[in-house]
Amino acid sequence: MEGESIYEIDSEDGVGADIISTVEFNHTGELLATGDKGGRVVIFQREPESKNEPYSQGEYNVYSTFQSHEPEFDYLKSLEIEEKINKIKWLPQQNAAHSLLSTNDKTIKLWKITERDKRPEGYNLKDEEGKLKDLSTVTSLQVPVLKPMDLMVEVTPRRIFANGHTYHVNSISVNSDCETYMSADDLRINLWHLAITDRSFNIVDIKPANMEDLTEVITASEFHPHHCNLFVYSSSKGSLRLCDMRASALCDKHSKLYEEPEDPSNRSFFSEIISSVSDVKFSHSGRYMLTRDYLTVKVWDLNMETKPVETYQVHDYLRSKLCSLYENDCIFDKFECAWNGSDSVIMTGAYNNFFRMFDRNTKRDVTLEASRESSKPRAILKPRRVCVGGKRRKDDISVDSLDFTKKILHTAWHPTENIIAIAATNNLYIFQDKVNSEMH
Amino acid sequence: MGEEEGLRQAQLLDTMFVRGLKRKCFDGEEDIEGTLAGFKAIPSYNLQRQSLLDMSLVKLQLCHMLVEPNLCRSVLIANTVRQIQEEMTQDGTWQMINTQNAGHASLDRLVSTDILCRSSREQTEGKHGPGYSTFPKDFEETQSQDSSEIMSTVSSGQAPRNLQSNMWEMESPQENRGNFQKSLDQIFETLENKSPNSVEDLFSEVDNSYYDLDTMLTGMMSNTKMGHCDVLETFPSQTTTNSNSNCKSDLNELDHIVEILVES
Repeated sequence: MEGESIYEIDSEDGVGADIISTVEFNHTGELLATGDKGGRVVIFQREPESKNEPYSQGEYNVYSTFQSHEPEFDYLKSLEIEEKINKIKWLPQQNAAHSLLSTNDKTIKLWKITERDKRPEGYNLKDEEGKLKDLSTVTSLQVPVLKPMDLMVEVTPRRIFANGHTYHVNSISVNSDCETYMSADDLRINLWHLAITDRSFNIVDIKPANMEDLTEVITASEFHPHHCNLFVYSSSKGSLRLCDMRASALCDKHSKLYEEPEDPSNRSFFSEIISSVSDVKFSHSGRYMLTRDYLTVKVWDLNMETKPVETYQVHDYLRSKLCSLYENDCIFDKFECAWNGSDSVIMTGAYNNFFRMFDRNTKRDVTLEASRESSKPRAILKPRRVCVGGKRRKDDISVDSLDFTKKILHTAWHPTENIIAIAATNNLYIFQDKVNSEMH
Repeated sequence: MGEEEGLRQAQLLDTMFVRGLKRKCFDGEEDIEGTLAGFKAIPSYNLQRQSLLDMSLVKLQLCHMLVEPNLCRSVLIANTVRQIQEEMTQDGTWQMINTQNAGHASLDRLVSTDILCRSSREQTEGKHGPGYSTFPKDFEETQSQDSSEIMSTVSSGQAPRNLQSNMWEMESPQENRGNFQKSLDQIFETLENKSPNSVEDLFSEVDNSYYDLDTMLTGMMSNTKMGHCDVLETFPSQTTTNSNSNCKSDLNELDHIVEILVES
């Protein structure tokens, strides 16, 4: 795949505020939104293809930047509420404006993004600077005319969905009905109507009566892409629950439970932790689900609850290092996963700024690196390899020299084309495939 | 614990925890050496498991956090602690650890585990380490004490449950309960001075069971009896040295919070 590192969000102090926390393409792929730890959202727009320069087709440039969330203080609990954007989801476009939902730990906001490229000129009562004219100088009436101006992108908060969550919001998902959406925190899932901010319906509640009995939390959730009554949520114990909202108002009873029995030969004190699902995504077809746990990505068929249909090892060489990774908290890292537009390739991030792609048809996989050295504009990405002792080829990286602070948690795939967005700490990389990529 | 030390310790544990190594019972094929090796393997497993337990308890400490801790992480760590404790209770080693190590800081235990692991490695090279000769004696003692110590095992097993309830319910990790109570009173005063409707608005869309003042205050009152850090002291840990500095920083934070409230 050809790589080009485009926009780098370098924070001035080097750490903290500008770590990218979420990446999301809109439904056409024309826009790419990123959220960061400082509560900002940056939207990129793809330049239309130019016939003059075919190679500059489809570069993404900054379209708009706005402050979505501010840090807050919860007086009742005496705790800070982080402004970090956990998730962004685009609404399907229904008119000239674009809309997206962004959420931090507690509050979801609906933002409307509009363009202004014309402005009226020739007012009767005001002059060009807006000052009132001396009426005695006005001798004739004119009709104001719209004249072109530099493009201005305006972003306004249209709805604020607050006070719906006691625990930290980890997912939001817009329903295919385009009227409702859900937000999930550690213990509850709420259903909202996009136009109503003062109430929401609780559709899943796994909080135990006695908090001492709490052993499982919700880690991610998503609506089915076509069936507006179906949604799935994943848990920290590695299970998926498909729920049907037609069955009952409170969907505590799942319609289907997807769980793979534990492999007794691999059992350890860390088995549960590494089985915790960090992300779940429906395929575009709606027939499969993709889950990510600490060491693998799995493809599940909605019709088969007993086990996944495909399992791919992301970085199995870490299996012997779980205690160290527990000690430095890396074992709790939540990696996301993504489908390509045709559901034939899946992608997920790893450590050392590596990310992995698995071709479901050819069963080939590739490891690539998102770094400044490897991604000069137009540079072709070179596949990387991690060696686990034994034979070591040139350019291989040994497991012990992996940088665990460079983690690629957030990745996104263009809905139709082979364009991917990779968030590596505070840098955003966008890679495009000029010709059909071949997996090595 | 020093970072390097902790990492080394964790790396040692990695070799033990690969592939779910539970009971490395060396089978008869190694004969006498096998039996000796068996004694050697079981204690180092136990001690390393203890080290994992300590590490987990240290991770669960919430005493000086200003941001709400990640609930998923806490649940996973607590489940790990529970797993270890269940296994240790079945072994009967739970009681042994408590009586042997009461009063020691966890840092010491981590170091001592390292020494024992080194000596057991030396033994594979034919040397005898200091840990080896004493351990089988303790091991036998444990077996005889096991039945009579069931009660104390149960009671110490309850402490982690309290830890969990404190952790989940008491999401505000204030050390100094008295000062917190005072500042909370001030918060309520400030709220009540505003228009009566605003207080209700504040609570109307919110999950009522959580923000129920009675529940919260009760939760806090029970915590005055046993806060997180008090509970952790039943498991030897280094919170005693940290808690004083935490108190000071918490007091400063409280002052800061009260300042904000008074100004508003």
